[in-house]
Amino acid sequence: MKTGIVSYGAYIPRTRIEPAEIGRVWGIDGEAMGKGLMVHRKSVPMPDEDTITISVQAARDMMQRTQADPEEIGAIFVGSESHPYAVKPTSTIVAEAIEAAPHLTAADYEFACKAGTAAIQTSMGLVGSGMMRYSVAIGADTSQGAPGDALEYTAAAGGAALLIGTEKERLIAVINHTYSFTTDTPDFWRREGQMYPSHGGRFTGEPAYFKHVVTAGKTLMEMADTKPEDYHHVILHQPNGKFPNRAGKQMGFTSEQLKYGLLTPEIGNTYSGAVMLGLASVLDIAKPGDRILMVAFGSGAGSDAFDLTVTDEIEKIPREKGTTVREMIDNYTLIDYATYAKYRGKIKMRE
Amino acid sequence: MGSIPRFWRENPSRYNLVGVKCDNCGRVFFPPRDICPVCHRESIGKMKRLELSGKGSVYSYTLVQDAHPQFEMLKPYILAMVEMDEGVKITSQIIDVKPEDVHIGMKVEAVMRKLGAEGNSGILHYGYKFRPVKE
Amino acid sequence: MRDVAIIGIGDTKFGELWDSSLRRIGIEAGIAAINDAGISGDEVDALYVGNMSAGRFIEQEHVAALIADYAGLTKNHIPATRVEASGASGALALREGYLSVASGEYDIVVIGGAEKMTDVGDEDITNIQAAAMDQEWESVFGATLPSLYAMMSRRYMHEYGATREQFTSVPVKNHANAAKNPKAQYRRAIKPETVLNATMVADPLGMFDCAPNSDGAAAVVLAPMEIAKKYTDTPVRIAGSGQASASLALHQRRDILTMDATVYAARKALKQAGRDVGDIQVAELNDNYTISEILALEDIGFVEKGKGAEFSSSGQTEIGGKIAVNTSGGLKARGNPIGATGIAQAVEIVRQLRGEAGERQVDGARIGLTHNVGGTGATAIVHILEVA
Repeated sequence: MKTGIVSYGAYIPRTRIEPAEIGRVWGIDGEAMGKGLMVHRKSVPMPDEDTITISVQAARDMMQRTQADPEEIGAIFVGSESHPYAVKPTSTIVAEAIEAAPHLTAADYEFACKAGTAAIQTSMGLVGSGMMRYSVAIGADTSQGAPGDALEYTAAAGGAALLIGTEKERLIAVINHTYSFTTDTPDFWRREGQMYPSHGGRFTGEPAYFKHVVTAGKTLMEMADTKPEDYHHVILHQPNGKFPNRAGKQMGFTSEQLKYGLLTPEIGNTYSGAVMLGLASVLDIAKPGDRILMVAFGSGAGSDAFDLTVTDEIEKIPREKGTTVREMIDNYTLIDYATYAKYRGKIKMRE
Repeated sequence: MGSIPRFWRENPSRYNLVGVKCDNCGRVFFPPRDICPVCHRESIGKMKRLELSGKGSVYSYTLVQDAHPQFEMLKPYILAMVEMDEGVKITSQIIDVKPEDVHIGMKVEAVMRKLGAEGNSGILHYGYKFRPVKE
Repeated sequence: MRDVAIIGIGDTKFGELWDSSLRRIGIEAGIAAINDAGISGDEVDALYVGNMSAGRFIEQEHVAALIADYAGLTKNHIPATRVEASGASGALALREGYLSVASGEYDIVVIGGAEKMTDVGDEDITNIQAAAMDQEWESVFGATLPSLYAMMSRRYMHEYGATREQFTSVPVKNHANAAKNPKAQYRRAIKPETVLNATMVADPLGMFDCAPNSDGAAAVVLAPMEIAKKYTDTPVRIAGSGQASASLALHQRRDILTMDATVYAARKALKQAGRDVGDIQVAELNDNYTISEILALEDIGFVEKGKGAEFSSSGQTEIGGKIAVNTSGGLKARGNPIGATGIAQAVEIVRQLRGEAGERQVDGARIGLTHNVGGTGATAIVHILEVA
């Protein structure tokens, strides 16, 4: 049975910091760094925002755009590498907050930046098999780069939620195909108990990001028997602005195709939220018949690729009841590094 | 460790603004009460669950500069009394706005935020705060 | 019910009393009151202690028995009772003691109020004070006691067009009065600019709009009117006693600019005393924040609603004005050791009615009023005291 998206929602914190300001503190030309990475500013969560609040806001935004009864939701999966609790699920709080509890299953996922898309695939299986009517897949993060590290210029916060159902529902987008490419590649990790992640520097590029994203994207197009020009929108994982552009070129896409799904230059890398927010951004402006290719990448490493077709329903759901990704991108307030350090818990406080 | 059940049992109202409406007089109360303070005996068994819309307007507000230690990171923050569209008033913070842009009568809506944490290893508390509504 | 008189008063200096423990200040005030009444400890039938939060300030509960013990009153194993209504704990102790004498149960009763706040840090004090509010629906969301009073202030300015400049008259007057009170915490007059330029606590309330954290104790001795003259030539009769409650959370009140508990408590006390508000010559009002004194002036009926700030700024509440308010310096400048405050108010009115208030004496004072509030107005207690 065909599965797809019934509704969607997104959330981006309102605070931003610019690379120049980060560089100022570390004696680096941050502006040049930002240009090189193609990241102009990144979102920063307030002290009272975390993956749980972002997930809840995105899920509520999603519920605003649908008539679906929350009690018909059979599963909620939240993918993140920054769950506020190491043990105790984010997903149960989301379930209570959208009043889907208690008759459902829930779990938290972690697979670096692709835990959200793993949640989509799980959801497809559960609804497609008829086990449940709806399943919710969320990708959200409030990731941190170590102070002074290159990642500090990009690690951002945000998330998106998708309500997944079958063709029996009014799908706004049908998922035609999905394909995953997974290997054991240690390009980026965070050990238990560590506050900041570590990475393999340039090793994160060719053998990790590019190999997985391009292989997954190309294989999916073979499965779908499609050509690059068949897609109206392409959303690739975006650790910075540079990588997806280059991977896109390697697969034969133009920057025009990437345009609506590439948010990192304006909000930074939202990790598990990244392609999910890109998809939400595309759905905000999508028209019936639009074909979408989405490829997520998670370090460690793997890529989940999706081929979607937007249906007529996209114009029937009340998209305006939620907040558009563009509105959230444009509504921001800048902070300095000292405030950023305070908000992100980088100042050592008295116990 | 802390007061886990004390916070946990209020989650429905903190997460989803669950209040009650007295079917006898139509008044709305938040948080829920078992007896209507106006109708007394007449209201017994007639207090019906009512989820507030989350929309309201600022009735009064202040910028808190001297706060409890658990709010240290948010200081200074805006605290407000919000008059909900259903008529009840609620106290919480206003977020995502500059203090100078807040005014009495400003339209706001509820969002979920972290309210606090029990130290570095205890339970996290979540609940409503308010943000301005696009006008 | 019997008529009851205050036959003895005592108080400690208010302030940061680093050298003194709760038990020590409690006893100092108690002994002073007993000496003032000229009674012996053996004559005491019962002890009432007003105290808000010894359990959190000094980790000591059961403080009534403790004070009875250290005051040497346990010899006769008298009943010792602690009462609590946050900021109104002192007045509540006075009222409970008054009722116990009026009922005929006891003859001589000592009422103490004491709080030792400075054994903990400022941040802890803020948290402890917040326990007087609705913890689940106010404090959890970041409300502090001053922030709730700040919201009253802002709404008051919005509704009645009052200004911060008008509000400054309250702390300026109270500091001027405290300068003449040897027991006061802050014995220095201040200028309006000092209030306006002070560090903000919760906008529009600055540091000088808030009562300080204080240590201190006060005590009175009560006796039935019929035997009061045996002990003193200047008994002061408790002519009226009123207590009322309202919702704990400020946002649940009918009107956040009217403390209904004050309205009802004042109405009852005045009615019992057979007095009109215009008869009152001197009043100790609960000025824990500037706005509190303004609202109290209105809610008791000295001035109509919305006119309090104007009334205050026109000098009508100064000594020599229409009604002398907070001649002691009030909570703001005499100090506010929470549980002691309600008793200290009565001590001040007794001094005024006895003509013992020195430089701050209100000429010919014969009828006075005390007004004590808990939290943001969930409890209010009003007493009318008269020269017997």
